[in-house]
Amino acid sequence: MIGPVLATRHDLASGSVLPDLRKSPITKLQLVKYAGASGDFNLIHTDDETARTVGLDGVIAHGMLSMAFLGEYLCWLAGPESIRRLSVRFNEMVRPGDTLTCRGRVKERTTGTAGSRLQLEVWAENQRAERVTVGDAEVQMT
Amino acid sequence: MDQPAALSRDLIGRESEVILFEVERGAIRKFAEAIQDQTPECLRGDVAPPTFPTTFRMTIPGLTFDLARVLHGAQEYRYERPLRAGDRVHCKVRVADIYHRKGRLGEMTFLILAIEGTDDLGKPVFTGMTTAILR
Repeated sequence: MIGPVLATRHDLASGSVLPDLRKSPITKLQLVKYAGASGDFNLIHTDDETARTVGLDGVIAHGMLSMAFLGEYLCWLAGPESIRRLSVRFNEMVRPGDTLTCRGRVKERTTGTAGSRLQLEVWAENQRAERVTVGDAEVQMT
Repeated sequence: MDQPAALSRDLIGRESEVILFEVERGAIRKFAEAIQDQTPECLRGDVAPPTFPTTFRMTIPGLTFDLARVLHGAQEYRYERPLRAGDRVHCKVRVADIYHRKGRLGEMTFLILAIEGTDDLGKPVFTGMTTAILR
């Protein structure tokens, strides 16, 4: 990776489609690691038995894991210093074995003295092209 | 009744104490590794991934529910700047709203939590808004 993807994209305008970031398939081990790293020990993410007692087929991924993917997506697009806002809705459940791809689109670009501010539409979709986590973001490009 | 009583709207406005969180390089790296974040600054542990504030866990007196019945509906973070290794962040979480709705899964309770983090000088670093759905 050589610098943020958008740093050299001065052609971006409203409606521009952003490049994709495809993540590796989610594994149960990743959910255990994420539970430990985030401090979210809700057992519906790591223990099938607990997940079944609340009517699920088995463990589901933390919603925040898919939001974290979108956070990485923004870092990749704009650099970690540029991110001003990330707001998401968790629409669909994500299960081990699912592969998420982060995608986005420019909603609005405003240029001021401090550089360009981009309003982005971002989402994570699964291998069936279902938008599991959907949101919008704001990045400040200098 | 095997269902716990629905959360009372009397809890709206209730707050946690202010808790100091120190952002550790190792914690950043562990978080970045768990999400397989390829951002070099995050993998080195210099800069925290944007969703790192989720690690700042606090409790609000009187607010209890069965964790296994909670769905995370939505989440927002706003940032003044990214969090970096060595940062000291003073955080507080508040019950911003509670409301009840009938949905396709039956009676549901929506719990809105607002979090804010400031630096040692009281300058805002980030804010967050969590929508939790209790079914």
